[in-house]
Amino acid sequence: MRREIPLFITGVVGIVFVLQYFIPHFPFNKMNAWFSDWFSIVQACAIWLGVLNLLKISFQNIGRRKDDWGYAIVIVVSFLAISIVGFAEGEAFRDSGTSFTWLYDYIYTPLSSSMFAILAFFVASASYRAFRARNFEATLLLLAAFFVMLGRVPIGDVLTSFMPDQLQLSSLATWIMNFPQTAGQRAIMIGIALGIVSTSLRIILGVERSHLGGGD
Amino acid sequence: MEHIALWVAAFLTLGIYSFLYKDNPWYKLCEAIFVGISAGYWFVTLFWDNIYGKFWLGVFPDTTTNATGEIVYVSTPDYWLIVGAVLGFLMLLRLVPKIGWISRWPLAFIVGATAGFYLINYFSSNVMAQVQDTIMPLFGVGYNASVYDIIGNVVIAVGTFTGLIYFFFSKEHKGAFGGAARVGIFFLMITFGAAFGYTVMSRMSLLIGRMDFIFGDWLGLIG
Repeated sequence: MRREIPLFITGVVGIVFVLQYFIPHFPFNKMNAWFSDWFSIVQACAIWLGVLNLLKISFQNIGRRKDDWGYAIVIVVSFLAISIVGFAEGEAFRDSGTSFTWLYDYIYTPLSSSMFAILAFFVASASYRAFRARNFEATLLLLAAFFVMLGRVPIGDVLTSFMPDQLQLSSLATWIMNFPQTAGQRAIMIGIALGIVSTSLRIILGVERSHLGGGD
Repeated sequence: MEHIALWVAAFLTLGIYSFLYKDNPWYKLCEAIFVGISAGYWFVTLFWDNIYGKFWLGVFPDTTTNATGEIVYVSTPDYWLIVGAVLGFLMLLRLVPKIGWISRWPLAFIVGATAGFYLINYFSSNVMAQVQDTIMPLFGVGYNASVYDIIGNVVIAVGTFTGLIYFFFSKEHKGAFGGAARVGIFFLMITFGAAFGYTVMSRMSLLIGRMDFIFGDWLGLIG
């Protein structure tokens, strides 16, 4: 029963989502609306589950005085601070001037953008070590990256200012992005989509069961 | 307050950048704050948007007084949403080891819904629509494409087709098929290079934003 019921649920829900595309009438349109609403509620609970699990692990680390347990306290305190503020401020928690917005603007945003920006250094360092024009393919990769990067900054056009507009680096970068890059991207996209379609079909038909985990 | 905010933001920004030197307590503190704040942000946002906004207001809509003085709902209560809430509750039972297996039911629902949704939508938007956009007319009555567009359309058609050939592993890449696959690799390499360059520039843009904050907003040295 622990596997049959989930398989049945997966199959029915998947088939309804497929059918409502072809038959957008009662009862499939109604079921689709219900399932979509349920999906957003369950999705919220799934993320809540992740958050609660993070807290559980943090409390365990604090309780067992594991390495760096002090940072687990910081995690819990930061979580409680923004949560209490967010719940206390009610539905309008995101309005301008609220404490929640203050925390978002001056703590969350600087941290997240710095965290992503720091990758620029690691990407630069990794590319310096890895980028070598060893063969024709690697040279193509190197040149495409070089032209796109240089074409996105003003110095690119300054360096090629003696050339006609269409041959300047910004135009070349745009051409690479619009045509050869689009072609490769599209091939990858179509390949991925076909993979997703076949995997989805396997899941709906119950052939693929790995999401149910082990055991009976 | 604005002054404190700038100092807090600067302290956190520099804390993250301190990792460039090496892993250190300042960075770890900022990282822990980031994890806690992110978790709290999504916890609160999903509560108000999905749990309260979708479920609670759907089952218990706000009331208003009509012309005859009667108290009525502003919208019809949708009791079917309770099923979604039950599934959500079952998902949280994952935290209780003895009955954690029940969370497979809502998980099965999520997987089934995602599979059904993707099956149709990916096929429609990422296969059919992409194929349609790949095979563009080059010439024709009433069709006025520039040489630039015509060459571009040929490049896209050739690149997509040969790229797909490269991903087809059921046939050995030999002869004309192998040659086409090799052309496909060239296009894929250009794609990876361009994607890499684009990613680097977007990260640089974020970095410039943070530097602008440090040297402009915080220290007041520029701008």
